[in-house]
Amino acid sequence: MIKVLHSGIYTAVQDKGRVGYASLGVPQSGFMDVYSASIGNALLKNPRNTSVIEIAFGFAKFEFKSEQYICLTGADFSAKINQQTIDLNTVYRVNKDDVLSFGKRKYGVRTYLAVQGGIQTEEILQSRSSTLGINQVKLLKEDEVSVLKMEDFIENSNAKIKVNEAHFISEEVDCLPGPEYELLTNNQKKALQNEFSISEDNNRMGYRLNEKIENTLTTIITSAVLPGTVQLTPSGQLIVLMKDCQVTGGYPRVLQLTDYAVSKLSQKTTQDKIKFQIR
Amino acid sequence: MHNYKLTYKPFGERAILIEWPQEINEAILYDVLAFKKVLKSEAYQDIIQAYCSLTIVYKHPIKEFLKEVEGLKNTYKNRSTFINSDSKTWRIPVCYDSEFGIDLEEISKQTKLSKSEIVQLHTSPDYLVYFLGFLPGFLYLGGLEEKINMPRKAIPRILVPKGSVAIGGSQTGVYPQESAGGWNIIGQSPVNFFNPKSNTPCFVKAGDKVRFYSVDQTEFQLIKEEVLNGNYKPEYIE
Repeated sequence: MIKVLHSGIYTAVQDKGRVGYASLGVPQSGFMDVYSASIGNALLKNPRNTSVIEIAFGFAKFEFKSEQYICLTGADFSAKINQQTIDLNTVYRVNKDDVLSFGKRKYGVRTYLAVQGGIQTEEILQSRSSTLGINQVKLLKEDEVSVLKMEDFIENSNAKIKVNEAHFISEEVDCLPGPEYELLTNNQKKALQNEFSISEDNNRMGYRLNEKIENTLTTIITSAVLPGTVQLTPSGQLIVLMKDCQVTGGYPRVLQLTDYAVSKLSQKTTQDKIKFQIR
Repeated sequence: MHNYKLTYKPFGERAILIEWPQEINEAILYDVLAFKKVLKSEAYQDIIQAYCSLTIVYKHPIKEFLKEVEGLKNTYKNRSTFINSDSKTWRIPVCYDSEFGIDLEEISKQTKLSKSEIVQLHTSPDYLVYFLGFLPGFLYLGGLEEKINMPRKAIPRILVPKGSVAIGGSQTGVYPQESAGGWNIIGQSPVNFFNPKSNTPCFVKAGDKVRFYSVDQTEFQLIKEEVLNGNYKPEYIE
């Protein structure tokens, strides 16, 4: 068991998300930063899509009720086990009653707590990911989540890999033209190459950007949207859809981020700058 | 069978968007569903269907887009007409009392129709279910009477109760869960449209029809209790 002592700002169980349920209107959800989540699972020798705890903006606090191998990846919020500072991308063995806490933010937004064997909450529609209308959305204080009994894995017990700093610092966001990109004028296309900053309205459903571009397009007949779709709203504001987005939408889809770019963007927050790199 | 001129567009690294002529009508919907029915491959992660489009999301990045499209074009040629023999018409109870239908008064003013005329107009058509989206179990319905079309509210409500039946422009629908929303609320249905723990989380599917019927507060409460106890079976006409 892992007990939640402080729930932090937004702490939730995530795995690969729900795939194959779009015909019911079910959002995909899942790890926002697939790249970082998969590093933790890989170091613990878990299958790639194993469920982890996603912690946005640190602050959370957990108590381990049994000994366990864990690995933290993603954002650096000066994590500590008891009083001891620990490294990211490194496997640690924790003991019963050890407390994991976070401190000052160094970089990034979302930290992943992976445990050997994965978090064992109930699977709904083949996923443990937290989604509004499907299951419990956030972990709350006093919640306890089950984990499997610790298994030894000697040869990898101190596994670690170097943090890829560019993932957290680089402003470049790779994308391809979206389905309605060709309806844009040359001036609008050029405007998309400017630097944009992230507005306060950014969460697991989508990131709204501050700078507007001129919009002459009308809305489209409601059609599919995906995590990473960049919508151009009537006011000229851009929204980058993220993992909890709806399955359909009616705004022109001007760009589509790569999967990796969605991971990268999910480590950015209010006022951070981005530049679309259109392939 | 009419072959539409479809367009195939790449949609990011690993999705293909297939578009029919961009209009909302039954013939196009049935053709979209006919194509969807024959699209089967281990390579697909999901297929997102909407009014006049299909989006195939692949598990991995698409290496040869043109070759993939050739394959899809052949699949389209080999589809068979959508047969709606397993499509059902669902009878959905709605309580249009002003306790639930908080915008009925306003719609009545705007349209110069009495509340009972609005209810009469809302309960007469068999609405076609085009697809599910917006929220899990939210039905995109076609067929709302023009007389009761009503623009969305300028400022959306922060909290629309679960089961609210509402009109937004030329569309009508039921909120399957508590949500923010800008549609005009005309009533509430006691029926649960989404149960993630069921084998069929939503009993309605694209291609089905929905017919609303008016119930009073007493019937509403009775059905609501049945729903809560798990004894309610949605009614349908084959």
